[in-house]
Amino acid sequence: MANTTTEKAKMAEAAPLTAMGVIAPAIGWLIPGAGHMIQKRWIRGALLFISIVTMFLLGLAMQGRIYRANGGDILEILGFVGDVGAGALYILSVAQDWGQGAIAFATADYGTKFMIVAGLLNFIAVADAYHIAIGKKK
Amino acid sequence: MTITLNHFSAALVFAFFASIVFGITHRDNTREMVRYGLYCFAMFLGGVFVAGWAMWVLRR
Repeated sequence: MANTTTEKAKMAEAAPLTAMGVIAPAIGWLIPGAGHMIQKRWIRGALLFISIVTMFLLGLAMQGRIYRANGGDILEILGFVGDVGAGALYILSVAQDWGQGAIAFATADYGTKFMIVAGLLNFIAVADAYHIAIGKKK
Repeated sequence: MTITLNHFSAALVFAFFASIVFGITHRDNTREMVRYGLYCFAMFLGGVFVAGWAMWVLRR
């Protein structure tokens, strides 16, 4: 009983609601790696930015398909969830009508997966930025 | 501009960038980040070879 209370107190102490705890994940979603950079983790942020943006752009260059938020079957919804993780890259791609997909190219499927994974990796990066902001990680 | 990668090249590029992100987000200090990133890269590529040979065995 006492251990549970102590653990809960420690968790509450490590996770205060701060402005950076909201701003870092938000800006990290929008621009990959930016959540780390505004917390002065420059190299980590730069590497995350380069990795995620490159994967997304390679996906576009391979004629991959970008999923839209128009419902459809469960796989399309999951694809959308992955794609939207890329933040501004997704918004820009949808605005420019990129990512129509090309059935004629076999590698277009790789491109589709590259963009989904880029989004998912950005979700991981956002979570990491949040943990740094709340003091759970250095 | 269209880029065409064969399957192994796509897997290699995928493993490279995913390993960088995993290394950074799953460890605390630089040394551990690099080690874990290299470990993830090895696992990704090893998995590609294992899966490839497994599919060859299944096809036989």
